[in-house]
Amino acid sequence: MGSRPNPGDLVRVVKGGLVLEGVVMPTTEFSDPNSLVIKLSNGYNVGVDVRDARIEVLKEKMYEVGKVPEAGETSVSGSGKMKMSFISTGGTIVSKVEYETGAVKPAITAEELIEMVPEYKDEFSSIEVLELYRILSEDFTPHEWGELARITYNKLRGGADAVVIAHGTDTMAFTAAALAFSLRRLPTPVMLVGAQRSSDRPSTDSVLNLKACPVIAREAPFGEVVVVMHGSTSDTYVLAHRGVKVRKMHSSRRDAFQSVNDVPLARVDFPSASFKLLNRRYLKRSSPSDLELRGKFSDRAALIKFYPSMDCGVIDHFLDKGFRGIVLEGTGLGHVRNQCISSLRRAVEEGVLVAMTTQTLFGRVNMKVYTTGRKLLEAGVIPASDMLPETAYVKMSWLLGNYGDLNLDELRKLFLQDVAHEINPRHELNLYPRWFHGE
Amino acid sequence: MSDELDYSALGLKVGLEIHQQLDTKHKLFCGCPTSLASDDVPRKTVERYLRVAKSEVGEIDPAALYEMRKGRKIIYEVPEGHACMVELDEEPPHELNRDALTITLAVAEALHSKPVDEVYVMRKIVIDGSNTTGFQRTAVVAFGGWVEDEEGKVGIQTICLEEDAARKVEEGKGYIKYNLDRLGIPLIEISTAPDIRSPEQAARVALKIGLLMRLTGRVKRGLGTIRQDLNVSIKGGVKTEVKGVSKLDLIPKVVKYEAMRQLNLLKIKEELLARGVKERDVYDQPIEITEILSGSGSKLVSKALKRGEKAYAILLKGFKGVLGKEVQPGRRFGTELSDYAKAWGGVKGIIHSDELPGYGIGEDVVARIYEVLGGDPGRDAFVFVLGNPDKAFRALKAVGGRAKHALQGIPKETRGANPDGTTRYLRPQPGAARMYPETDVPPVRITEDMLREAAAIKPPTPEEMLAILTERHGLSRELAEGLLRDPALQTYLDLVEEVEGVPPQLVASTLLVHLKGLKSEGVDPSAITYEVLKEVLRAVAQGKIAKEAIPEILLKYGKLGGKTPIKEIIDEFGGVKVEDLDSLIEGVLSENEEVVKAKGERAFSLVMGKVMGKVRGRVDGKLVAERVREKLKDFLRRSS
Ligand SMILES: [Zn+2]
Repeated sequence: MGSRPNPGDLVRVVKGGLVLEGVVMPTTEFSDPNSLVIKLSNGYNVGVDVRDARIEVLKEKMYEVGKVPEAGETSVSGSGKMKMSFISTGGTIVSKVEYETGAVKPAITAEELIEMVPEYKDEFSSIEVLELYRILSEDFTPHEWGELARITYNKLRGGADAVVIAHGTDTMAFTAAALAFSLRRLPTPVMLVGAQRSSDRPSTDSVLNLKACPVIAREAPFGEVVVVMHGSTSDTYVLAHRGVKVRKMHSSRRDAFQSVNDVPLARVDFPSASFKLLNRRYLKRSSPSDLELRGKFSDRAALIKFYPSMDCGVIDHFLDKGFRGIVLEGTGLGHVRNQCISSLRRAVEEGVLVAMTTQTLFGRVNMKVYTTGRKLLEAGVIPASDMLPETAYVKMSWLLGNYGDLNLDELRKLFLQDVAHEINPRHELNLYPRWFHGE
Repeated sequence: MSDELDYSALGLKVGLEIHQQLDTKHKLFCGCPTSLASDDVPRKTVERYLRVAKSEVGEIDPAALYEMRKGRKIIYEVPEGHACMVELDEEPPHELNRDALTITLAVAEALHSKPVDEVYVMRKIVIDGSNTTGFQRTAVVAFGGWVEDEEGKVGIQTICLEEDAARKVEEGKGYIKYNLDRLGIPLIEISTAPDIRSPEQAARVALKIGLLMRLTGRVKRGLGTIRQDLNVSIKGGVKTEVKGVSKLDLIPKVVKYEAMRQLNLLKIKEELLARGVKERDVYDQPIEITEILSGSGSKLVSKALKRGEKAYAILLKGFKGVLGKEVQPGRRFGTELSDYAKAWGGVKGIIHSDELPGYGIGEDVVARIYEVLGGDPGRDAFVFVLGNPDKAFRALKAVGGRAKHALQGIPKETRGANPDGTTRYLRPQPGAARMYPETDVPPVRITEDMLREAAAIKPPTPEEMLAILTERHGLSRELAEGLLRDPALQTYLDLVEEVEGVPPQLVASTLLVHLKGLKSEGVDPSAITYEVLKEVLRAVAQGKIAKEAIPEILLKYGKLGGKTPIKEIIDEFGGVKVEDLDSLIEGVLSENEEVVKAKGERAFSLVMGKVMGKVRGRVDGKLVAERVREKLKDFLRRSS
């Protein structure tokens, strides 16, 4: 069989009377190891087993495969009024498949953004696109949260009227919470935008989500970090969710993001592109000079989901590794098995911040109702009210990063203080979604 | 125009693309059933928009592209039980349906095609909204192969497995509506080489391939489950694609008319060149003629002007008479131009000088239009459209472009088949379609196991089919061989399968003898539909009518032009009850008492003959014989 040709080479394959010519494509994780994938002139890819085929390279490097342009900063100017800063961190919203080579290109330039959303030319006077990362959202760490917070802060200081952050959807809510805690007194909404269907598909949701951004930047009275995503499976409206109250609630739907224990801040209806405020409780826009950055995060915080029969040694493990904060995702009103209480008591005694959230997600923890809860409270576990487990975890990482020198009592007070409306003191009837019950 | 064309002199080449829905339990990429939803199934609706950068579109359908750019709303009906999150583009596709792949491999084997080693699913961009994703998922499963045919082997190029599109429900101003039940049903697409040399061969090969797929027993039957596309060219012409020929009988006509069209367009080219017409003689800068027309008194014009539309015209120097030339029956060169105006400008059509005076537009107005355009009424032609400036300009630009192309020959087009076999322009032919890998579906390695499974449902060879017909169905060898060569084989198999208790022999003779015999009686056999045959054979199987009645029933039905329901005719021929028959026989016996007594049991044939003379076609001969025999015995016993 000889040496295998490289992706991008034009080859001729002769196999049992069949002659095929085409360009070699990169194989996928699922390809058979003996397969050579070639793109025929009719556009189709086919896999050929190389073991009984004769392969002749007709032209080397017909296409450059996998050559990704350097990440950097690009800009275009437009005829609108606002200055927009677009920060790309990677994810589905900026990834495109090259049709000639089949390679996935996780890159975006200002020109490409304009091609996706031509309306931006009319909305903005200038559009700066910064490719900060090309990472999948599951690879984010507190380090990236801190860096992203600092860069966003600088863009706002530099006079950006709108900041849009392109982000993979899986952990977008974590990053949104991180930015919400870091950026105090925002002059304009900071908008995280993602896509559940990649931007190279004609049916992508990214375009509508992106179209909503200038509307929110122009009309919103709030200065908060928001997640801007579809509100429905139809392309009819986009929601701006409060970054500390939002959660990805579906693995694949366009309207996966939903506010939990809170009402979305606003919606933008299409095709009219009209803005509607949905929630009267919000942080007002501040003057740009009041903006403050508290953007450090500790990687010594952990989020542990409790399950029946959980080995309490899990808690001890984190203590032994020197962790300084633990958020528990307990059952119901905020419980873990009684056997674990001693480990949690040890944690508090060692100066570790321990907080309790609920895996029901909806509703508030209340640890005064049952004995186990009372014992946990007595051991020093902080009830995290109606905070989402993820938000509580980010908040803890943020507290430990910025106020790590405070004593445990002071940290506990800070943890229970509402910073970015991550705690909603009142839950009304309509905060719990209606499911299908046969009606 | 001469009706007969010499296809070998013309250098006719035809290729087929046949799409057949598969009868699998589930769709190609999800667990939904492959049946269409009835109207009473509750449904929800979802609204979407598609967008695509121009650089990503391979196959540009100007109308669809324009609508998409304008932001046409796409409404999807989601019938309960017939579509899930996958069809809604809300969940990644599941793995490729293995059963569909097996059927495709079986068809490939029957066509002597060679399967690929690993199947890769691709995305082919489609922007009209018929796919929620904006692309169709499709994969090459096999290459090469052939179909035998008496005019010569026809090669197979590729065999693909792909998903069917959503079903269009309606279209209105600013929106288009689809039902999602059909989206995702597996389709086999078979593309032949352009080896077909005559209109009849095209139909025959389509039939053979269709039959072969049908014989796997795993494909859907009925209206809309098989669709044929054709590509047709003649010497000096171009390969033209014709989409959506759903009926086999239409194929020869489509081929013939397309060959005719290309021939006539080549003649037009010669004519224009002989006249010395150049590209610059097409003035494609529209000139407004609203004012001239407003005084014409034409209803068509005044209606348009009332809607706020305007009239714009372009001059085609040296084209006089050309626009009126017929290219296909009932379609002129002007119709070809009109198609372009409709497709690119969304206007209702064009009006051209070769059809004027007309439409209430008189000589004087025509003269003034020539004057304004600076044209010579004796030599030049003009085209005008009614519409808003944006639409009108796009329409006339397309008309001008098409007129210029007439000097070069025939543009490469994708055309749609009309019900009469003529064709209309749909869009320019795509370059190589833009295909992206479907990264959500893992490739499938074709294994020995899959090939074994495929071999089990491989359609029978002609020899195997002959054995089935003679041994399992009990047909005579002669009849079986006749059927094998006959297009009616498929109908035969369907009827044998669907009409319970009907002897295969009867089905075969009905199709091959009785149906064909109608022609000599002046009835077109094609007027007898499948459903009619089914009703008639079922009536025989249930003993309602005698099999001898079949020719008369079919003849009567045909002569009445198919307007009387077949059930009524069946009732007319049926209705002889056993009691009636018995009294009839008794009557015959007593009328011929002497002879019967004299002949004894040997009087049977005489009585039988007389009774049959009265009930022929209305009751089964076997039953008559049985009753005659019994009654005759009784009669002889009583009288002795
Ligand atoms: Zn489905």
